Amino acid sequence: MRLTLRVWRQKNADADGAMSTYEVDGISRDMSFLEMLDTLNEELILKGEDPVAFDHDCREGICGACSLVINGDAHGPERTTTCQLHMRSFRDGDTIDIEPWRASAFPVVKDLVVDRSAFDRIIQAGGYITAPTGAAPEAHAAPVPKPDADLAFEHAECIGCGACVAACPNGAAMLFTSAKVNHLNVLPQGAPERETRVLDMVGQMDEEGFGGCTLAGECATACPKGIPLMSITSMNKEWLRATRKAGRR
Amino acid sequence: MALATRTDRRPSLARTVWDSTVGKKTVMAVSGFVMLLYLVAHMIGNLKIFFGPEEINHYAHWLRTVGEPFMHYEWTLWLIRVVLVVAVVAHATSAYQLSRRDIRARPTKYANRKAGRSFATRTMRWGGVILGLFIVWHILDLTTGTVHPGGYEHLHPYQNIIDTFSTWYGNVVYIVAVVALGFHVRHGLWSAAQTLGVGSRSRDRALKTVANVLALLLTAGFVAVPVGVMTGVVS
Repeated sequence: MRLTLRVWRQKNADADGAMSTYEVDGISRDMSFLEMLDTLNEELILKGEDPVAFDHDCREGICGACSLVINGDAHGPERTTTCQLHMRSFRDGDTIDIEPWRASAFPVVKDLVVDRSAFDRIIQAGGYITAPTGAAPEAHAAPVPKPDADLAFEHAECIGCGACVAACPNGAAMLFTSAKVNHLNVLPQGAPERETRVLDMVGQMDEEGFGGCTLAGECATACPKGIPLMSITSMNKEWLRATRKAGRR
Repeated sequence: MALATRTDRRPSLARTVWDSTVGKKTVMAVSGFVMLLYLVAHMIGNLKIFFGPEEINHYAHWLRTVGEPFMHYEWTLWLIRVVLVVAVVAHATSAYQLSRRDIRARPTKYANRKAGRSFATRTMRWGGVILGLFIVWHILDLTTGTVHPGGYEHLHPYQNIIDTFSTWYGNVVYIVAVVALGFHVRHGLWSAAQTLGVGSRSRDRALKTVANVLALLLTAGFVAVPVGVMTGVVS
């Protein structure tokens, strides 16, 4: 396959960026999207040019590091992570636009790499349970009804890649935050911090400069792990409940 | 010496709600729902025009005497007006502040972004602005009579309405606004349910249907009046 790539190049956080055009040839349909970029980078290095910087790690769709907006879609045309997207989803001679996640809470570090530490701070605000450390507890000590376990797992699938923020017309982090809140709030282990968790995480989300939710639904469409839009509804419900309870104290 | 054990002093309920994006959306959902209830009543009241001048003019008079003898003349009406003004101001202020925040949160556009959102979703902001401007014109036209095209007569809505819809611009402005309202309600009602946490997977289809049907009924009910005047059914 022969492709024309229009890639966002930006030297550093302060520099102005622009789309640069590159031609790549000899791309196999079975390559992953990142392998195609590796091919481009090898050519750039041989020519003595600066390779395109992009985030990647596990390359098996479970770590949440890869983060490219391909032709306007977060993670590209298939519902998967960029690393699991294959070149067979494109046609010979295609022109492909590759851009970083766009959100003011995710500033560009270089080229296609953005700083997603805002997500880490949202997790630090309440995306955990306070439990004594030590030996692993008996797995059956806290019984979890099967439907609750399934619901928690559905939310726990979130890998924190940030595609929801990238796809959202408001740069909102509601789907990410709701996945993390619901994951722990439906489990007995998360119950003691049920109210503070949602209040603190939503508070941190707002502080980071993410936008608000307008229920456009683009986050859930982009999510490679299929976190449902209703996750946001559940978080809103949790937030209202926690606000009412906090008001009574 | 007593130690300060409470370290979790949280701001007041009103502060928490107003300072949070989720809270402001709650304000929008509740105020929107109040306005929607009013619109349903307003639309049903409007349809009385099809039953002749006595019926709708009597209805206009009744609106001012409702609640008597407990309420004085026009008190109930003014109470409703105050609630509506509060709802409109709360709705518009939250929308403005949230929109500013949303635009700041997403300053750079993608090179080729396909709009994956529905028309109703994309037009919420401009639709809201159109509705706000329409309300101002609508009150100046048919409540105060300031910009009324004919000889405005208080408590004679039958003739006043015919005068307004006998002008081309009266019809255009009204119908455009009512169609905008239909789209606004279509996305707004369903969204409000999500914001208030009453949506769920099993209820989603029902909620969407209710929002669509209500949007359609409201639009049809309101548009019926200018169409009635234009076609000569009401004259």
